[in-house]
Amino acid sequence: MREQKVISRAEYRPDVIAKKSAFRFSRSSLCVPYGLFLALFVVLPLLLIVFYALTDANGTLSFENFIRFFSSPTTITTLIISILLALVTTVICIIIAYPVAYILANSKLNKGGTLLMLFIMPMWINFVLRAMAMKDLLTIIGVFGFNNYLNVVIGMVYDYLPFMILPIYTVLIKMDKSYVEASMDLGASPLKTFTKVTFPLSMPGIASGITMVFMPTMTCYVISDTFGNGLITIIGKLIDEQFTTFQNWNLGSAMAMVLLVIMLVSMWVTGGFKSEETRGTNL
Amino acid sequence: MANQRKDDVVKSDKIVEIVNLTREFEDGVVAVDDISFYVRKGEFITFLGPSGCGKTTTLRMIAGFDKPTKGKILLNGQDISHLPPNKRPINTVFQRYALFPHLNVYDNIAFGLKLKKVKVTYEDKDGKRFEKIEKLSKKEISLKVEKALKMVDLEGFEKRSVSTLSGGQQQRVAIARAIVNEPQILLLDEPLGALDLKMRKDMQLELKEMHKKLGITFIYVTHDQEEALTMSDTIVVMKDGVIQQIGTPTDIYNEPKNSFVADFIGESNIFSGTIVGDKKVRFINHNFDCVDEFEKNEKVDVVVRPEDVTLLDEGKGQVDGKIISSIFKGVHYEMVMLVGKAEIVIQDTIERKVGEKVSLLIKPNDIHIMAKNFSSNKYDGYITKRNTVCFGDGEFECDVTQLYPGSILDEEGYLITAEGDRIDLTDVDVNVEVGLKDIEISDDAEKGGAVGNIISIIYKVDHYQLIVRTDENEEDFVFDTEDTWNENDRVSVIIPKEKIKLSLKQEIKR
Amino acid sequence: MKKFFQIAYIALILLFIYAPIFTLCLYSFVDSPIVSIQDAFRIGFSFELYKQLFNDQALMTIVWDTLLLALLTAVIATILGTIGAIGIYYSKNKFGKAVSASSRIPVINAEIVTAVALVLLFALVFTESRSYFSMLIGHLVITTPFVVLSVMPKLKQMDANMYEAALDLGASPFGALIKVVLPEILPGILSGFMLAVTLSLDDYIISAYTKPAGFDTISTYVYGAMAKSNANSSLPALRALSAIIFVVIILVVVGKNIYSRRRADK
Repeated sequence: MREQKVISRAEYRPDVIAKKSAFRFSRSSLCVPYGLFLALFVVLPLLLIVFYALTDANGTLSFENFIRFFSSPTTITTLIISILLALVTTVICIIIAYPVAYILANSKLNKGGTLLMLFIMPMWINFVLRAMAMKDLLTIIGVFGFNNYLNVVIGMVYDYLPFMILPIYTVLIKMDKSYVEASMDLGASPLKTFTKVTFPLSMPGIASGITMVFMPTMTCYVISDTFGNGLITIIGKLIDEQFTTFQNWNLGSAMAMVLLVIMLVSMWVTGGFKSEETRGTNL
Repeated sequence: MANQRKDDVVKSDKIVEIVNLTREFEDGVVAVDDISFYVRKGEFITFLGPSGCGKTTTLRMIAGFDKPTKGKILLNGQDISHLPPNKRPINTVFQRYALFPHLNVYDNIAFGLKLKKVKVTYEDKDGKRFEKIEKLSKKEISLKVEKALKMVDLEGFEKRSVSTLSGGQQQRVAIARAIVNEPQILLLDEPLGALDLKMRKDMQLELKEMHKKLGITFIYVTHDQEEALTMSDTIVVMKDGVIQQIGTPTDIYNEPKNSFVADFIGESNIFSGTIVGDKKVRFINHNFDCVDEFEKNEKVDVVVRPEDVTLLDEGKGQVDGKIISSIFKGVHYEMVMLVGKAEIVIQDTIERKVGEKVSLLIKPNDIHIMAKNFSSNKYDGYITKRNTVCFGDGEFECDVTQLYPGSILDEEGYLITAEGDRIDLTDVDVNVEVGLKDIEISDDAEKGGAVGNIISIIYKVDHYQLIVRTDENEEDFVFDTEDTWNENDRVSVIIPKEKIKLSLKQEIKR
Repeated sequence: MKKFFQIAYIALILLFIYAPIFTLCLYSFVDSPIVSIQDAFRIGFSFELYKQLFNDQALMTIVWDTLLLALLTAVIATILGTIGAIGIYYSKNKFGKAVSASSRIPVINAEIVTAVALVLLFALVFTESRSYFSMLIGHLVITTPFVVLSVMPKLKQMDANMYEAALDLGASPFGALIKVVLPEILPGILSGFMLAVTLSLDDYIISAYTKPAGFDTISTYVYGAMAKSNANSSLPALRALSAIIFVVIILVVVGKNIYSRRRADK
């Protein structure tokens, strides 16, 4: 080892001299990779759907796909059945889920969120397996096959109920309890307090729950297939058939585009563009 | 100029110099508007002002978090405006401390030290010298952290998680984390804002003590005038992005440059007055002796601190009045005395009962006079039954519809608002404003709304500025004219209907 | 009284949710081709189905493939989504807003639409329309936005001065992100990761449309098996698989709760 002696020791600050920024790392540039990913794999594919929907098999511009879609009684019936099934499922989900969310958010039963855990846990089991389990149970107790529509609704409610409970619960638990106290203080009865204060304030949770239940129940053909004995077709299945069985991508794209429009409208109605931040965080 | 400092300083003494600094935000708001000042090495300088005055933006630009739109920031003579914050020898204590919650007290304080590099020159045994860039050794860091913790009285807190600390302790860690880096300048952004009153008082003294011990420059931002007065060597008062005054706490308190500063720093009574002679100023209908010299007949703001007013028995002082409120404030009583229409706040250790007739005395030294930028005549007035306005000892025709945008007068003389409401304006108090160019006078006493004598004629290059004073309440009308008049002429004041600007004192009930 | 109704209601809904799962678990010990009460009494308790499951090489491969895909998806989605969330949070320009808006599309869009859109893309742009790559991309499309959604609130909760404080103490912009911002949003990143794993495991439609030939996830396998069997019952070995998955989930949840309670006690 060489013997060394420290002569001087001073703080080292490279380039203290002012210079206008050359290239510097900026935080906003971090959204570039994700932005490219979304452009390539989300936005571009949707543009392709629009392109296919508006062209025929030869690639020339035509509205034929839409005319076929809206003039065929089968497709229109399917669309209406899908919407009705989704509506019924969504309403039942709200009716069941709201009291659950309300009790979980307000009672001591759910101390430390243990009870909530019980409601979320089934979501981690593969949803096809869950559907299979429900179908088995219905078979055992002998109600399966009683009515195909009823089967499908039970299956859908069973699979999507947690998606309704969670956003409503999230909104209710975050709600400032002093609103309720203020309402009582101003002379409102518990019922009036609920209808005039708590319920309106929990609307964003319900809206977010609707967007999480309505769209999937309209399109997810796994459940309608397994619970409907193959006799119930929903719009999702129709698209599936165009892409897998009939290989008519143009017509399939037109159907997908109809769904896109319905999605945008329901988004606009429920204001879900904003409320979607209440989801995901708690799963 | 308000934003010039009294003392002149040798260039080498300035650690920071701000030159024409402007910051305009993307939405067009100008937070800092062309300010220039300097900071002396080692001083404790405070930016004081209401929220939104630009004090924090100025601090953020010095720290490097915000870039100036225009202007320069010089540190020891070098422009650092475009230097990123991590390259500046400046550290900040943040308003909400911004301690890193995932690190314990020790690691928070050591954060800056671990990033620091030193240039070491070695000499080997052959006498050869060579340089090395090194990080600080663990031991060195540990010693420095210990020293900083000792400085803020938190020895033994190294392993504690910052979330378990009280507000005051977090505050100390934040200070330790900044000073451990031995910055040339320490920036403090309302660091005591989140503490309770008692803790704040203690910390004020401690910070002052720390400033003395460290000997570095402190730049402090606060909206609390008392804090600024207690701690600072120099105070910079800001408003709307502009520096109002720079000075020592004593200067700022005793010699406020304008009524804003006077009002913001401590409690004060602000009167509109007129200079009536050599070192004589008139307000609340009395001629007071004063020490400031101003031009005769100049309109001025007069500031009197509540503690500078002495109360005597009725008739024994300069002006008589009546006590209308009295509140015990611990050391003194805070009383309000009514003189005519003026309410004067007075602090005295001797209590006067509400309703008591008293007399006030103000010493010439305690009367602070500042020039008023006189641009228009302002009066208190009220609306009469005939929809005319009474002010300045006279009655004038006016347009009352300007009080409510879109309103009209119906045939019965009621005001109909744009919403269709009917309002009776009789006896409504209004502020009246009349421009300097909007007044005419006439020899004919019947022609105008008020009558008075010309008490002053000042020739101003191309016109005369006249003051007409009425007899009864000695109200003044100041205006510009090109005509020649003589002093003491008896005249009547004419103001065209459309030139009388009215505004409501308060919203009236419908 | 009110409390009684509350408990009764919660119990009823929990029964609705868990009855099918418990039934399935129960019948995983009954070696019967169909689920029926008579069979349960006739055949009785056995581990036969578990033996079947572990001896079924094809099924085991599917389980591991599904898990591997979920993990791979979650790792990439977490990295991509976290960086994206930070970028969106700090960018105030139009590009940032556009990224944020298009990040919402897969969240609210019907899965079938996302799936067929990807089919079009891979058929037109890439030579091989169905590959492991296309399936991975499909899973990333549906999971990454959820990572962004769980990281974003943590960024918003963070003291805005935290990043500046790090710069002030001498950290470089990149260093400040790593040393200060990242630890701050770590809980959001972890829950985003968990969410991505769950969503990937749960998915059927995207996998069905993008998976390469001969590859199956649990979802596509079960769905295919159910369609093939045509009987009103599930494949017996799948009952054992479901029971195992359920037990693993209970263990994970209980473990996580104990861990977080211990941390809270500290």
